[in-house]
Amino acid sequence: MLARMFQGIWQYRGFVAGSVRREFESRYRGSMLGAAWTVLNPLAMILVYTVIFSEVMRARLPGVDDRMAFGVFICSGLLTWGLFSEVVGRSLTMFLDNANLLKKLNFPRICLPVVSMLNALVNFAIIFALFCGFLAITGRLPGIALLAFPVLLLLQLLFACGLGMLLGVLNVFFRDVGQLFGILLQFWFWFTPIVYPTSILPESIRRLIQLNPMTPLIQSYQNLFLYGRWPVWTDLLPLLLSALVLCVLALGLFRSRSGEMVDEL
Amino acid sequence: MGHIRIQQLGKAYRQYPSRWARLLEWLSPGARPRHQQKWVLQDIDLDIAPGEAVGLVGSNGAGKSTLLKIITGTTLPTHGSCSVGGRVSALLELGMGFHPEFTGRQNVFMAAQLQGLQREEIEELMPAIEAFAEIGDAIDQPVRTYSSGMQMRLAFSVATARRPDVLIVDEALSVGDAYFQHKSFERIRSFRRDGTTLLIVSHDRFAIQSICDRAVLLEFGRVVQQGDPEMVMDYYHARMTAGLNHRVRQEMLANGKTRTISGTGEVEVESVRLLEQDTSVEIIEVGSEVTLEVVVRATQDISQLVLGFMLKDRLGQAMYGINSYRLKQTLENIRAGERILYRYSFPMRLGPGNYSVSLSLSRRDSHLDGSYEWRDCAMLFQVANASHENFVGYSWLGAELAVERLGAAAEVLELRRSLP
Repeated sequence: MLARMFQGIWQYRGFVAGSVRREFESRYRGSMLGAAWTVLNPLAMILVYTVIFSEVMRARLPGVDDRMAFGVFICSGLLTWGLFSEVVGRSLTMFLDNANLLKKLNFPRICLPVVSMLNALVNFAIIFALFCGFLAITGRLPGIALLAFPVLLLLQLLFACGLGMLLGVLNVFFRDVGQLFGILLQFWFWFTPIVYPTSILPESIRRLIQLNPMTPLIQSYQNLFLYGRWPVWTDLLPLLLSALVLCVLALGLFRSRSGEMVDEL
Repeated sequence: MGHIRIQQLGKAYRQYPSRWARLLEWLSPGARPRHQQKWVLQDIDLDIAPGEAVGLVGSNGAGKSTLLKIITGTTLPTHGSCSVGGRVSALLELGMGFHPEFTGRQNVFMAAQLQGLQREEIEELMPAIEAFAEIGDAIDQPVRTYSSGMQMRLAFSVATARRPDVLIVDEALSVGDAYFQHKSFERIRSFRRDGTTLLIVSHDRFAIQSICDRAVLLEFGRVVQQGDPEMVMDYYHARMTAGLNHRVRQEMLANGKTRTISGTGEVEVESVRLLEQDTSVEIIEVGSEVTLEVVVRATQDISQLVLGFMLKDRLGQAMYGINSYRLKQTLENIRAGERILYRYSFPMRLGPGNYSVSLSLSRRDSHLDGSYEWRDCAMLFQVANASHENFVGYSWLGAELAVERLGAAAEVLELRRSLP
C-alpha cells in the first residue's frame, strides 16, 4: 500500500511541483516588488524579535550575558514552531479547500498532504536561510552540530504530517475539529518553552511541560543554535513514537474514509 | 484496453440525523449503525466493449452523474465493482481548477499535470493545444480576462490533447459557439474511429442517435432500458411525457425498428395510413399531394380530444408537426366506443430519405397535459426523388431560377454612375 502511494506521488510529481510553484507565485502575483515580499515579511519578523526582545525589552536568558542570545533563542523556537503550525494548519483544511478537485478529478489523493507540506517547507526555507544569514553575520553559526538539524526537521515533519493528516480527514466529517484545533494550538504554543526558558518555571510546571512531546524538540533547536550543542537523542524518543503512531493512525483513517470523504465534501 | 465493466454496482450515501450521530457511530464500532442509506444507484450491470459508443440518458437525479463519477474513479461504489481499462479522460466540468490569475498557458500546464503528465510531455503537446483552442495571443493573458467560451475552448483542448482509451463526455460540451461545438464533436468522432470507447451523457436526442451504438436509460438509479438508441430515446420520451405511472409498451417492427406506445389509454389509434390519390403508399415522390388518414376509437367518455402528428427523419429529428387544436378542430364530448376519422392533407415537400410518423392523442395542445396515447413510429414511409431536380437537404423548397448576364464589370460601373 505504501509502495502504491509513493508510486502515485511519483507519477503526479509534475502536479505536486506545479502546485507548490503556483501557490508560491500566486501570493505575490499582481504586486510590484514581486518575490521580494516573500523575503521582506520574515525579515521583518526576525528583526522584530531580535531587536524588540534583545534591545528594547532587555530580555536576558538566565546565565547568558549576551545581547543577541535571547533573539537567537526565540527565533530558533519560533521559526520551527511556525513550520509545525503551518504544516498542521494547511493539512487541516487541504481536503476542504480542494473539494472541487477531489469531487471532479481522479488523482492520487495523497498528493494533497505532500503539497501542503512542501508549501510550508518553501516558506520555512526562506525564513531559515535569513536566520542562518543573521547567525553568520553575528558570528553565531553553530558549526558541526548543524548536521543534527535535518534530522530534527525530519522528525518534526513526520509528527506534523501525521497530526495534520489525521485532523485533515476528521475535519471533513466534523468541521468543529478545525475550530477546536485553532484554540488548542494557541494553548500548545504557550505550553511549549518557545518564548521563555523552562528554567524560569517552578519545578511542578516544568515537569508537566516536559510531557509535551514538542518540548524536547524545541529545546534541541534552541540548544543547537544558541550553544552549538548536539541534541540528546533519547529525549526525542517520545516524539518519534508519537509521530509514528500518528502516521499509522492517519494513514489508516485516510484509507478507510477516503471514499466516504468525497461524498461528504 | 478501453472496456468498462460494471457488475452488481450499488451506491448509497450515508445520511446521519446529526453530526453527533456520526461521531457516536465512529466511537462505537460494532454497535448498530446510526445512519440511513440513501441509494442513488442499484443493481447496475453494464458491459461496454472497447471502441463502443454508449449514450447514458435519464432525467435529473436518475444517477447519471454519480455513475460517471464512479467510472472516473472520484467516488467509490458502496458495493459491486467497476473496472475500466486504460486511460480515462473525462469532460465532466470543463475548466475545472483553472486559476483566474494565471495565464492560459500556465493553466494548461496545471490541468495537464492533473492528468498525470510531466512538464516535458506538456511542452510537446502545447503547440497542438494552442492550435486547437484557436484563442490566439490570449493564451498568455490571465484566464480572468477570458470569455466563458474561450475558457471552454482551452479546457477542451487540454482534456483531449491525447487520445484516451475511454472518453467520458457530460452535457458540459454544449457550451461554446457553433463553430467550436462542431470542431469538438469532430474530434470526438475521430477518437471514436481510432478505437476510443465513448460514454456520453446528453439530453440531446440528435447527439445520442448520431454517434452512439447503444443507449442506456437510468431511472431512479436503475437501468430500466438499453439497446438501440432510437428505441431507448422513444421509450425515455414516452416515460417522460406519459408520466411514470402510465403504461409504456414497445413492439418490434418488421424492419428492426421499435414502436413505443404510451399513455393513459382513454383513446386509441385504430389505424394509420398514408394515401396518395386514395391509394395507400409507402414510397412517395417529392412534392406529391398526400393524405395522412388516422382512425381513432374512444374507450371511455372524454371531454376533449386533440390529435397531432409529427414527421421525423431517421435520426428522430422533427421535420414537421401539427395538431387539430392548432388547426382549430378540437373535438368535445366524445362517448365511449365512438370512432373518429382524421384526414390531414399536405404536399410532401421533404427531401429523399426514410421518415416515420408519430401520433399523439391528448386532451389539449400539449401532450404533457393529459396524454391519452403517444405512439412513436406509428408508420414508416420513404420519400424518393425521381421527377425533380437533384437537390440536397431535408426539405424541397422548389426554388426557381432567373439568370441575367450583365456584361463586363466596367460597363456595370458606368451603368451605376449614370443612375440617379
